[in-house]
Amino acid sequence: MLRSIKVVLNGVERTVDVEDHWTLLWLLREKLKLKGTKHGCDRGDCGICTVLVNNTPVKSCLVLAPEVNGAEILTIEGLAKEGSLAPIQKSFIEHSALQCGICTAAFVLTGHWLLQQGDGVDRKRVAEAIDGILCRCTGYRQIIEAIVDAARKK
Amino acid sequence: MKNFREDLKYVGKPVPRVDSYEKILGVAEYTGDIELPGMLHTKLVLSPYAHAKIKAIHTEKARKASGVVAVAVGDDFPFRVGLYVNDRNVLARKKVRWAGEPVVAVVAETLEQAYEAAELIEVEYEPLQPVLDVRDALKPGAPLVHEELGEYAHSPAFHPIPGTNIASRFTLKKGDVELGFKQSDVILENEFMMPQVSHVPLETHTSIGQYMPDGKIKIWTSAQSPFTVRHILSVSLGVPEHKISVYVPYIGGGFGGKAGINFEPLVVMLSKMAGGRPVKLELTREEQFITAPVRQGLYAKLKTGVKRSGEIMAEKILYVYDAGAYADYGVNVGRAAGYSCTGPYYVPNVETESLTVYTNHPWGTAFRGFGHFEFLWAIERQMDLVARELGMDPVEFRLKNALLPGKTTPTGEVLREDAGRIDECIRAVASRIDWGKKPVAAAGKPRGKGIAALWKAPAMPPNASSAAFIKFNEDGTAELLLGITEIGQGAETALAQIAAEELGLPVEKIKVVPFRHTDVSPYSWQTVASRGLFMDGRAVQMAARDAKNQIFDIASQVLRVSKEDLVLSDERVHVRGRPEVGLELRQLVNGYVYPNGNVVGGPVIGRGFYSAARLTYLDPETGQGYPALKWTFGAHAVEVEVDPDTGMVKVLKLVSAFDIGKAINPAIVLGQAYGGALQSMSLGLLEGYFYDEKGRMLNPNLTDYKIARASDIPEEHEVIIIENPQLDGPFGARGIGELSMLSVETAIANALYDAIGIDLKNLPITAEYIWKHIQAKKEKIPVEAVT
Ligand code: FES
Ligand code: FES
Repeated sequence: MLRSIKVVLNGVERTVDVEDHWTLLWLLREKLKLKGTKHGCDRGDCGICTVLVNNTPVKSCLVLAPEVNGAEILTIEGLAKEGSLAPIQKSFIEHSALQCGICTAAFVLTGHWLLQQGDGVDRKRVAEAIDGILCRCTGYRQIIEAIVDAARKK
Repeated sequence: MKNFREDLKYVGKPVPRVDSYEKILGVAEYTGDIELPGMLHTKLVLSPYAHAKIKAIHTEKARKASGVVAVAVGDDFPFRVGLYVNDRNVLARKKVRWAGEPVVAVVAETLEQAYEAAELIEVEYEPLQPVLDVRDALKPGAPLVHEELGEYAHSPAFHPIPGTNIASRFTLKKGDVELGFKQSDVILENEFMMPQVSHVPLETHTSIGQYMPDGKIKIWTSAQSPFTVRHILSVSLGVPEHKISVYVPYIGGGFGGKAGINFEPLVVMLSKMAGGRPVKLELTREEQFITAPVRQGLYAKLKTGVKRSGEIMAEKILYVYDAGAYADYGVNVGRAAGYSCTGPYYVPNVETESLTVYTNHPWGTAFRGFGHFEFLWAIERQMDLVARELGMDPVEFRLKNALLPGKTTPTGEVLREDAGRIDECIRAVASRIDWGKKPVAAAGKPRGKGIAALWKAPAMPPNASSAAFIKFNEDGTAELLLGITEIGQGAETALAQIAAEELGLPVEKIKVVPFRHTDVSPYSWQTVASRGLFMDGRAVQMAARDAKNQIFDIASQVLRVSKEDLVLSDERVHVRGRPEVGLELRQLVNGYVYPNGNVVGGPVIGRGFYSAARLTYLDPETGQGYPALKWTFGAHAVEVEVDPDTGMVKVLKLVSAFDIGKAINPAIVLGQAYGGALQSMSLGLLEGYFYDEKGRMLNPNLTDYKIARASDIPEEHEVIIIENPQLDGPFGARGIGELSMLSVETAIANALYDAIGIDLKNLPITAEYIWKHIQAKKEKIPVEAVT
């Protein structure tokens, strides 16, 4: 059934019509054309479809679109403000924490969320937080360093 | 070394990746993000059988389903494709050769409609006896996977044996192996295995094809090698190359799986059936596992003869590769393992047979470090086993037999003086892991240390080449056009640094054009084999020098001095010794304009190329010749901790050393080292295709097929870069891409013996497999008996 939902998407209030069976991932990529959110399995295994819903990382392929009615959603497209990169984005560049880049948005958004979780963002904490997101290229080390370093500079 | 400049400004610096910004903003374009007007979508119908005759395909219901534009079956495409052996159908014809082979393709307006219509397809099969083990495939009377093998066109480098399942037989003979065994004091024979594995690129294979009514073909694809796609398609379809355009944006991980040619011919032909509308195919993760190509499995048998004093005298080697259903690229894996067969050791007498064998498994292709990753598992385990038999330290044994410059490789090539040093790599990692100092078990968990070495040469045809353009803009900035693709390895950045260094132009003033388009990009054979930095790097150097020469031509006329007396630095051309007499780069690169309007010169476009020098096809009997553009060496040492109750292994410390000649960008080299090591650990400790008795894959998803996560990384990873420059490499560089993923898992297996005295010979060495070995040892029973 088609129904109308309201979301605050990357800071902008939007009303969109969604089918009950659409996932948030489908809504973002196919209907709203926000192609920065990637997908690698469509069943919750890879985590590269991660976005922030009400400032919590979720795998967008596991959430149905109608469920986000009334929620705030942040995707990678909404992270840089007025042309300037968020601290976590700068840190990823400095630490060479990306290679092919297909997983990058998910790690950046999760890192951005971690930075707001108060102190104690150490390697262990970061490794746990990103454990549900796969990267086949980097070996994770530079991603962990980028997030820990961004937290330290905060 | 003195041969190379030390006053480098851009080369050797960890400059930020040129593709960072787009990727970090989420605006970098990948094939799956592309939407074209009128674009249609495809759903494949796959074979549920590993081997079966196709008796009938009923498509009528699907054709009438809503939104369906075309339905294609194998007989619609009566041609074969293949890089080295032309053996592959676009869709299965007459019979299916693996469970997962595409049999029917349904094209519809929307993806949902394509899925719905695909459900309506009925295929009648008559099951045939499948061949599910390479050793069975070699037995006389084994069912044939390819009855028509004798009819396939193939490159002269390969040797199929019609009437058998052998897609290619590589043989090598160096010295006299029987004599070598006679001169040996100890002879040790062992068998090793590894299963097929998936590349698991997080971006699945995605291609869009358009075959326009006027005969022009356009392709948008996640391919590592746009020019190879164009060439093979041209040969297969008989369409001239200038009518085919291949566009490749960023690629979400390739690792070899997107090399050669994959689903491009299919989407192109589907578009032809759909009247020229663009047709897209994006594999699901399950299809990526069972329908896309995989890394070939290996069965290896080694017989090594050594003197008591530790010199290896002879090695008899059998490598049998599980190519799966098609060997179009896979035959080169068997060849690569063949010419590198001994690992980085000098062996005077070698006899090797490396077979690439068809089975009814998913088809094999290139995978980062192919040939080498698999056989190094066998060789580097065997080195430890032989050392133990001799009562010799594994490090000492390796050093004693190290293949140093001046010694001959298995193919009879005398290793060049500037080839890099395996002994330095081994010594470096041994020293940093405190080799010889027994680690202490903590909390009942035994610890151990292990070492493994590696070498690699690019596997490519002798005539592979690369080209580059540097195109100046009016303001003195430049565009660097490449043929090599950016699959995450960082080629764009490293090549921009090389251009910057040659031109004295800051990296920020060079835009690497972030896509490849065969209409406008310069040629590069393939983005494979760790050849990019070396070959495309040389091409970029030549292009930069060509541009510089053109700039000096113009400047010498304007400044009225000879070209030899001009210097280009800091975006200015000036007279040597007279820095005040000069011109800004921007005044020259589009032609110099005099105040009265006269012009000298014109737009500067530099062009460069590099072709591999002096490589040869190998002798079909003895395998002797020159296969290698360069040899690159490395070694890893690890300290591990094992939980005897669960079999879980923790890597406490990993030390890796590579002699890469020159690190053009140390941050990218580190990324390759970290990423490659984890990929090696992931393949070695976690991954493998598991099949049911009918040959259907049991774990085609990321829940059951695990790859390494953040919690799996070594606690500490020290990377040692050794820089013995390769004199013909760009700034001495050899490249690192694949090196980093070789032999890490073997070092871990070697450490497991040190820790708990178990000898592992089959990959993957999962916790369960290790636990079984621990139990078997305790109970003194064979591993298979542990339940
Ligand atoms: S697409 Fe893989 S977890 Fe969502
Ligand atoms: S950078 Fe390629 S998957 Fe993470």
